[in-house]
This record gives sequence, structure tokens and C-alpha cells, in this order.
Amino acid sequence: MFLLFSAVIVIFSILTVTSRRILRAATFLLFVLVSTAGLYFLLKYNFLAAIQLIVYAGGIVVLIIFSILLTSHIAEKLPTAGLLKKWPAALVALVGAALCITVILQYNFPGSVGNTELVNVTDVGNSLINYGRYGYALPFEVISVLLLAAMIGAIVLAKKRKD
Amino acid sequence: MFEGVPLSWFLVLSTTMFFVGVYGFLVRKNLITMLMSIELILNSVCINFVAFNKILYPDHMEGMFFTIFIIAVAAAEASVAIAIIINIYRRITNIDVEKMNEMKY
Amino acid sequence: MFDFSYTIWILLIPFFLFILIGFWGNKFKPIVSGIVGSAGLLTSWVLSIFTAYKYFFVVGKVDDVYQQIIGYNTLWLRFSDTLHIDMGVLIDPISVMMLIVVTTVSLMAHIYSTGYLKGQKGFMRFYSFLSLFTFAMLGLVVATNIFQMYIFWELVGVSSYLLIGFYYERPSAVAASKKAFIVTRFADLGFLVGILLLSYYTGTFDFLTLTSPTGPAIGTPPAATFIGMSVLTWAMILIFMGGAGKSAMFPLHIWLPDAMEGPTPVSALIHAATMVVAGVYLVARMFPIYITVPIALQVVAWVGAFSSLFAAIIACTQHDIKRVLAYSTMSQIGYMMCALGVSGMGGHEGLGYMASMFHLFTHAFFKALLFLCAGAIIHAVHSNYLHEMGGLRKFLPITHITFLTACLAISGIPPFAGFFSKDEILVAAYHHDTALFAIEYIVAGLTAFYMFRLYFGIFWGKKQDYHHTPHEAPWSMTIPLMFLALGAMFAGFIPFSHLVTSDRALFDIHTEWIIAIPSIVIAIVGIGVAYVMYLKPTEIPTKIAHSLRGFYTAAYHKFYIDELYLFITHKIIFNNISRPIAWFDRHIVDGSMNGISFVTNQASDKIKGFQSGQLQQYAMVFVSGVVLLALVFIYLWT
Repeated sequence: MFLLFSAVIVIFSILTVTSRRILRAATFLLFVLVSTAGLYFLLKYNFLAAIQLIVYAGGIVVLIIFSILLTSHIAEKLPTAGLLKKWPAALVALVGAALCITVILQYNFPGSVGNTELVNVTDVGNSLINYGRYGYALPFEVISVLLLAAMIGAIVLAKKRKD
Repeated sequence: MFEGVPLSWFLVLSTTMFFVGVYGFLVRKNLITMLMSIELILNSVCINFVAFNKILYPDHMEGMFFTIFIIAVAAAEASVAIAIIINIYRRITNIDVEKMNEMKY
Repeated sequence: MFDFSYTIWILLIPFFLFILIGFWGNKFKPIVSGIVGSAGLLTSWVLSIFTAYKYFFVVGKVDDVYQQIIGYNTLWLRFSDTLHIDMGVLIDPISVMMLIVVTTVSLMAHIYSTGYLKGQKGFMRFYSFLSLFTFAMLGLVVATNIFQMYIFWELVGVSSYLLIGFYYERPSAVAASKKAFIVTRFADLGFLVGILLLSYYTGTFDFLTLTSPTGPAIGTPPAATFIGMSVLTWAMILIFMGGAGKSAMFPLHIWLPDAMEGPTPVSALIHAATMVVAGVYLVARMFPIYITVPIALQVVAWVGAFSSLFAAIIACTQHDIKRVLAYSTMSQIGYMMCALGVSGMGGHEGLGYMASMFHLFTHAFFKALLFLCAGAIIHAVHSNYLHEMGGLRKFLPITHITFLTACLAISGIPPFAGFFSKDEILVAAYHHDTALFAIEYIVAGLTAFYMFRLYFGIFWGKKQDYHHTPHEAPWSMTIPLMFLALGAMFAGFIPFSHLVTSDRALFDIHTEWIIAIPSIVIAIVGIGVAYVMYLKPTEIPTKIAHSLRGFYTAAYHKFYIDELYLFITHKIIFNNISRPIAWFDRHIVDGSMNGISFVTNQASDKIKGFQSGQLQQYAMVFVSGVVLLALVFIYLWT
């Protein structure tokens, strides 16, 4: 299962960045995100997977698709970047990837996925408003302020001007 | 089937997704496709956190919470980015990133 | 008793006049600057006469030898303890004589110009330049050291340039003034090198030290030599080159005929009486040193003799009366140079020196007179050309008489002034070198011939049809003519050998009739030939010109010296030296400067690409940097 999900993720992410039609790229992104949610399900993080599906896949991708519809000609093929841009970028990405993977594989990480139990939503909720140790009350409040600011900012930025 | 997947596989997966996202960010000309690459990067980081949490510290939940917060931040950032893109589109009916070079010499 | 410090005022009055008229002249009517200029110069003239009287007759002599007195001296520039340039006034027989000459002729020119230039634009400018010239010439003659003389020499050149180019709207005048300045400047190059050589090897600029018998030039001459001749000889020859340029000796004479483009008072003052004798004066001043280097004296004598013959031949063919007078000047100055060249030192040996100075003195009078008369004639007839004149003796009586006086004087007919001075020159030449004597003898005849050709052609001959009847010049012009005519008649009786001699001691002379009679004879022969050919218009001149065709054409075209100079400068110097140097300057020197800036521009163009505003480029650089750093830190850093 893990291999299936990771294969999907890798292939579709490559397709996203190299696709020439923009709507297909958005769709491939959706698949990537759904596969990631699948990976979370495998790791018994059901709550997290649900949030991933709702917010990321459902919210952000839909938002992206709306903006695509607003700003570009959908049927048009996207122009690809010239070779002068692609080769250095590819080089940098490959070198970086090789570096990181080499480092990871040389290090002996102790452990693998063992038998795990489901994470309880009650526990998640309790931790979220707990203000003691292992409590996330402060980040929770901060995140809510951030979301408020983002909302207001997006509305102001995208407003139609009178001129 | 799922048990015994070593941690390094997760990390390799997330590294790959990260660098694919970097490549996409450097190569794509459309602003929205650049945004999509950024989402890929953020997602790879999420997988990283979750994997570390589940395998090294199965009793704790920090990784999950961090991931929840990352998702929230990604949502906020994507919405603001889209607002900016729409604004740019209104000004110059074009969202080619090479045309936006006013912060130059 | 020896106090001559007031003599500085003889110089300063014209200088202040120059500034005064130059700056404030046009606030008043033009005639005011004329009167102010003439009045100032009259004061200078009176002071000069007084100085001459005091020096020659009252205080100058000690044991029958005239003293050299420093009237005024200030330190101007100190190079080292022993080498310094002063500015001062030197009172000496020749400088006092020159003071009189310069101030007299300048005064006459000032008075004459009030009539000649009346109503012309630039009247005030003319007077300020005349005053500048007078100041410069006076400074030159009273110089105490050779560098002061050089400074005033250049200043004289500048004022000559300004005055020749007075009618600056005429391109020929502008060209002539440039030519004069450039040729004399070129000669001054030699002069400067000569000065530097001389002062380097003797350690001083001062005339008194240089010419003293115990000084570093004569008593202990420098022993260095260069290609066989001592450095002192080289220095003296180079200094003579400077003098030759200023005095229009061959081959640096080309500027003098063209300088006639200036107004006639300018020609009278500068190119007859004063500036062109500066070269002669220079050699006379340095004469004690010239005596010790006989080669230099030979050069002086032969250049002078050749120039006089050359100029006399050309003068016989010219049609413009001012050009004839210009070549006549060159010829007479050749006489003076030759006389200096054949002279010895002391007593009767120094006859040539005395004769040269005497001729300078008398020549100033009659040549200035000739030019001013020519000015009156041109003023009456409105033309410079001989063939447009004739029969003027009825219309211009005063000019006629004065012109005749001057012609007789220059031809050497006794008892006019020219006879005495020219006779002494011929005597000195005869006793030294018979070849030179022969040349000068022939020139004397030619002088008489061409001067009377001019006289008969203007005042006799066929009367032309004039547009309006020529009228005599106004009094402002004729009074100077009459004054100078008196000088031309009686200046010969001044006992020059009691006043100006080579070693400043007196000696007696008497006319050697053995030489005098033949010189009078050849002068009369010259006059007779001119009488026959030109009294009435005849065919003889054209027939002679026809038979000597080639020679006549060459002489008419001034022996093509001008064309030769143009050829040398244009074809040889400009093309082969100046053009490559200009190419080098334009392409290599400028090119390297342009190249430096071009390279800088290109480099900055490339560097500014870093700030392109392209977001992805920034991201690329950022990511590459991170990856690179990671590589370095993980694998290479220890």
C-alpha cells in the first residue's frame, strides 16, 4: 500500500510540474494531495487525513481552479520555459535531491512503522485547548488570528476599486 | 504489509516531492502553477513531520499538530496569493512571471 | 649723480597708457585716446632725450669710457643662489641710443595715426596696441639680463601680431599676422635654446657679468664642445637664429613682406625702425662674447650680406610700394648685420660695430619717413600699386620733398645721413673681407636703383586718371614727415664714434675717400639708370624684363621661398610627422581611454543583470546557494 501511494505521489507530482495544460496540472495536484491523505490514513492519523482532504484538497485546490478560470485561457497550452532555464533548475534540483537522499540513507534511523493505535479525536481536541504541558492553546489562538488576517487581506486585495 | 516500512523510505519520498516542487517553482512561468509547486513543497514537509512523529515518538502528537498548523497556514497563504494574482491580472492582463520585473536596476 | 632710477618711467608710461586706453578708451571720443597716447609718448620722448643728454654729456664718462649703469633693478625669479632673473633698466650707450630711436619713431607714428586712421573703427584699440608695443620694445632695449630681453622679445612679437592683424576682418591680414608670429616664434626656439645653453655653462643671465672680460663667458669660457665647436659657439649661433627671425634675415624673412597688411604707421614703427632691428641690437649687446667665437661672427656677416643682396634683387621687381619698402628694410638690416660681423673689438678695429649702430640710427629716420610718405601716398591715391600712380608731384608737394630726401639718404648721397653710416660700413667691410665688400657695394647700387624707380614712378611718369584728385595729407600727417626729414638730413653729422663704440671708449674717425668716392659713384649710376628707365614711361623696363625672363619671374615671385616653405610644411611635415602623430593620438591614446570606459560599461551591464527583477532568477540563486553550502558543510568542512 505504501508503495502504491508513494508511486502515485511521485508520478503525479512530476506530472504537475511538467504538464502543459493548466487544468490538468490542477487535477494532478488534487491526486497528489489525495494520495497524501491516503498515506495519513495508513499511519492511522484519521483526523489529520480528514483535515487534509477537507482543507487542502477541497479548499485550496478548488480555490486554485477558480482562479485559473478567472485569469487564464483554459484551453491554451502553457508555454514552457526555455532550455536556459530548465537545465540549471533541473541540475540544482537533482543535485539537491541526491545530496539529501545520500545523507538520509547513510544515517541509521532507528525504527520503522510498528503496530500503532488510532489517534483519538477526543485526545486531539483536549490537547488543542490545553494550556498546560503538551497543550496547543497558544498556537491555536495565533492560527485563528492569522486566518482572520488572511481573510481580511484577501478581501481587501481582491476588491474592485472604484476607479 | 505496512508494518516494517523503515523511516528512510518516508524521508526519501518527502525529499523527492520537495525537490520536484523546487524544480517546478524555478521552471514554471504561470504564477498559479508556481503556487501549485509551493503547495507540493509544503505537503512534503507535512509528510516528513508525520513520519518522524509516528515512527520515533508514537506516544506524542506534536508532529500531527504541527502538520495541522501547516495546513492552516498554507490555506491562508494560498488565499492571499490568489488575491494578489487576481489583482495583478486586473492590472496587466497577464500572469507571466517574467513580465513582472519592476524591482530591477 | 649717477641716479638714473627715473628711467623706469620711460617704460611705465606707455604701459599705463596701454591699460588706460585699452579699458577706458571707448568711453570717450576716439580722438581723445589719440591725444592721450601721443601726449604720454611725448613725455617718454622728453625723458629719453634728457637721459641721453645726461648720460652722454654730463655723467657718463669716466676716463673717456662710458660706464654701464644700472638704473633700476629688482629680483624677479630666483632659480638658485647664483642664477636669478631680474627686471631692470640698463643704461649703456646703445640702450640710450635705442631709447631715443624708439621713442622718436613711436611719437611720430602716434601723431601720424591721428590723421591716417581718422574715423576708422578700432581707433582706440590701435592706440592701446601701439602703447603696448612701445612698452615692450623699450623693455627689450633696456634689459639688464638676457631673460628679461627674451620676455620682452616675445611681448614685442605679440604686439606685432596684434598690430599686423589690426584689420582682422581681412583674411589676408589674419594670415599675415599668424605667419609673422609663427615664424618669429620658431626662431625664438633657437633663441631660447641658446639662452639655456649659455646660462647653463656660464651660470648667469646677467649681461654685465656675461660681457665682462673677467666673467664666466669670456674670462674663463666653458670648455665643453659638441661636434667640434665649443658650446659657446653653438649658443651664440642659436641666439643669432633668434635675432635672424626677428630681423627678417634669410631664410626667416618670409613674414616681413606679408606684414605690410597692417596699417602704414605700424609698418613704419615696427617693421622699419624698431622691431626688426631687435636682432641687430641683440648681437650688438652680446658682442663681447661674439668676438671670442669668430665662427659665429662669420655666420652673422654672411647671412647679413646674402640677405641684403637677395632682398635688393627682389625689390627691383615688386609692384606694391610697401613691399618694395619691406624688402628695402630687409636689405638695410642685412647691412647692419654684415657690419657687425666684420667688426673687431676696441678702437678702430671696432669700426663695424659703430657703423652698424650708426646705420641703425639713421635708417630709423629715413625708413620711417619712407613708410609714412607711402602712407600719405596711399591715403591720397587709395591704391598700393605702382602702376596706378604717376605724376603726383603736383598734388602732394610736401610728401614729394620728404620722400625725395629719404631716397637720397638711403642711396648714400652726401650730405644726407645715409651716406655717413653706409660709408663706414663699406670701410669696415673692405678692411675685413673684400668679398663682403663687393657684395655690399653692389647692393648699394641696387638700393639707389630701386628706390629711385619708386620715386620716379610715383612722382613723375605719366599722370594717371585718378577718380578724384589726390589731395595732400592733413597737418597731423605731414608734421611727422617734416620732422623725420630733418633727422634724415642732419643725423649724419652726429659724431657717433664719440658716443657709441664697441668697447665704450671713444675714438676718432675720418671719411676714407678711397671708399667714399666709389660708393657715391655707384649710387649716382643707380639713380641715373632709374632716371632713364622710369622718368617717362618707356619700353626699357619691359624689354629688360623680357630678356631676363626666367630670372625676372623668379625674382618677381620672391624666388619661390614662400612656396618652398609651404611645400616643406604641408607635404613633408604635416603628412609625415603630424598625421601619424595625430592618428596615434586619436586612435591609441583616445582609443585606450575609450576602451577603458567601454570595458567598464560592458562589465557593469553584465553585473546589473543580477538585479533583473525576475523572481525565478532570485529563487534559483537562493536555492543553488543553499545546496552549495550544504555540500560544502557536509563533505568539505572539517
